[in-house]
Amino acid sequence: MNIELHAGGLRRDERRERLVLLGLSAPALLLVGVTMIAPVAWLFGLSFLSDTGEWSLEHYRRMIEQPSYGRTFVTTFKVSLLTTAICIGAGYPLAYLLSQLPRRAANLCMIAVLLPFWTSLLVRTYAWLVLLQRRGLINDWGMRLGWWDEPLALVHNLTGTLIGMVHIMLPFLVLPLLNAMRAIDADLLKAAANLGASPARAFRSVFLPLSLPGLAAGTLIVFILCLGFYVTPAVLGGGKVIMVSNHIANDIELFFNWGAASALGAVLLVLTMLLLWCATKLLRFEKLFGGAH
Amino acid sequence: MGWLDRAASDTQVTHRQRLWLYALAALVLAFLVIPTLIVIPMSFSGSQYLEFPPREWSLRWYRNYLGSASWMQATATSFAAATLTTLLATPLGTLAAYGLFVSRLRAARAIHALMLMPIIVPVILVAIGVFYAYVKLKLVNSLAGIVLAHSMLATPLVIMIVTAALKSYDMNQEMVARSLGASRARAFVGITLPQIRFGVISAALLAFLTSFDEVILALFIAGGSNSTLTRNMFNALRDQIDPTIAAISTLMIVVTTLLLLLSQRYGNSRRG
Repeated sequence: MNIELHAGGLRRDERRERLVLLGLSAPALLLVGVTMIAPVAWLFGLSFLSDTGEWSLEHYRRMIEQPSYGRTFVTTFKVSLLTTAICIGAGYPLAYLLSQLPRRAANLCMIAVLLPFWTSLLVRTYAWLVLLQRRGLINDWGMRLGWWDEPLALVHNLTGTLIGMVHIMLPFLVLPLLNAMRAIDADLLKAAANLGASPARAFRSVFLPLSLPGLAAGTLIVFILCLGFYVTPAVLGGGKVIMVSNHIANDIELFFNWGAASALGAVLLVLTMLLLWCATKLLRFEKLFGGAH
Repeated sequence: MGWLDRAASDTQVTHRQRLWLYALAALVLAFLVIPTLIVIPMSFSGSQYLEFPPREWSLRWYRNYLGSASWMQATATSFAAATLTTLLATPLGTLAAYGLFVSRLRAARAIHALMLMPIIVPVILVAIGVFYAYVKLKLVNSLAGIVLAHSMLATPLVIMIVTAALKSYDMNQEMVARSLGASRARAFVGITLPQIRFGVISAALLAFLTSFDEVILALFIAGGSNSTLTRNMFNALRDQIDPTIAAISTLMIVVTTLLLLLSQRYGNSRRG
């Protein structure tokens, strides 16, 4: 038999086997395709149709014209930016200390970071409600200790939403940041000290710049996840904090306006994808979520 | 207090100079932990009003929970949905991860990226998409619908974890088995699967937790007699604060902790 013919046959066999192997992913692909990709694509198309079924940009135009949509976007960005900023303020020092502590002490503290991470979102939202409400524990203690006389409005507003969201997002910042910080070569800091840098100077000129890629990745992922929040603003915001997700849900639940909800969803999706694309430029996708799930 | 003036880092900063950092980190850790744990003692309070520490201890909120038909129904639905999701998403995800990993075709990378979409797309959009599809498919408020939707969320996570497990596995072993006459399926079940089992077990536990904790999809597609625990909790939180939720929260914390301990015990390859 001709050798080349034989090789061709083998190649065909191999190709067939690879296709069969690829076929193993078909059931999973079918599931995700039918329950998610097709419906979301359908909604995307729906956002470009008018109520009478013609192609139009009316849902997008309404988004610009109606002030309620503008307010929603402003709220969403404000809440997301504030949450991200507070997370950096609280998370960077924590991650820094954890990266410096001996491994055993750091692991013990990591339990504290991971515990809320794994606890149901609703459980934590409920806990904050209990702590922050008018007759809640914080107001109770604060007044008993004489720190303030009137119950503070800590929940069912922006404050409560921010507290709840920071609590949820903080681990998402600390984990990638800590990974980046642990990868920094300690000898560099010794060298800086050896060359006469004060501890503050060594931190500022050596440690901080080297930790920035990790910080940027953590910041982006926190910001992206914040944009899609629904439960926390719905419960701790008490109807006063309407973010994009809440607006979408309202459009469906109250007004059955699929077009408007789809258009808003399309904007949110495009925004998320753009930011995520920036994030993958900074860090590989799996790493971004690897610590998260 | 000699240790205060000892060096705390390679740059010779002293512990005393770092006290503020210790204090700040302790505050942040307390902020993270306290709200997670405070519901446990509160669930044993005897009072209608939430107070800490509780003035009297009782099991009344647990009795309230166990005696409520709607909470019991929701608990049963949640456990059923999570179990079925685990049983569906784990094999689907493992098969897909294996197929995509070994086929090495260019299409495999595209499919892999596509399969991760449920993690990337904002949940609310996934939720109204599923709701829209289920209205057409007449799956709204059905257990099958919840299981399919939750499996869609869990499968990408399974694929990610199993792919990671496959990456640290030496595929040559499977080649050896096949050169000795085993079929591809036999080699996978007999050689590969036992060695990636820790990844598969972790993935299964995560799939369970994904379904058990899921709120937003459940709000849209899990109503009526198939309402889930999380959906009932969400609605209860929006109305008024019922201490029964503290008891249910404690139950959920116990379930999560058990699953994490299980994954530590059986899902950690270094110890297994």
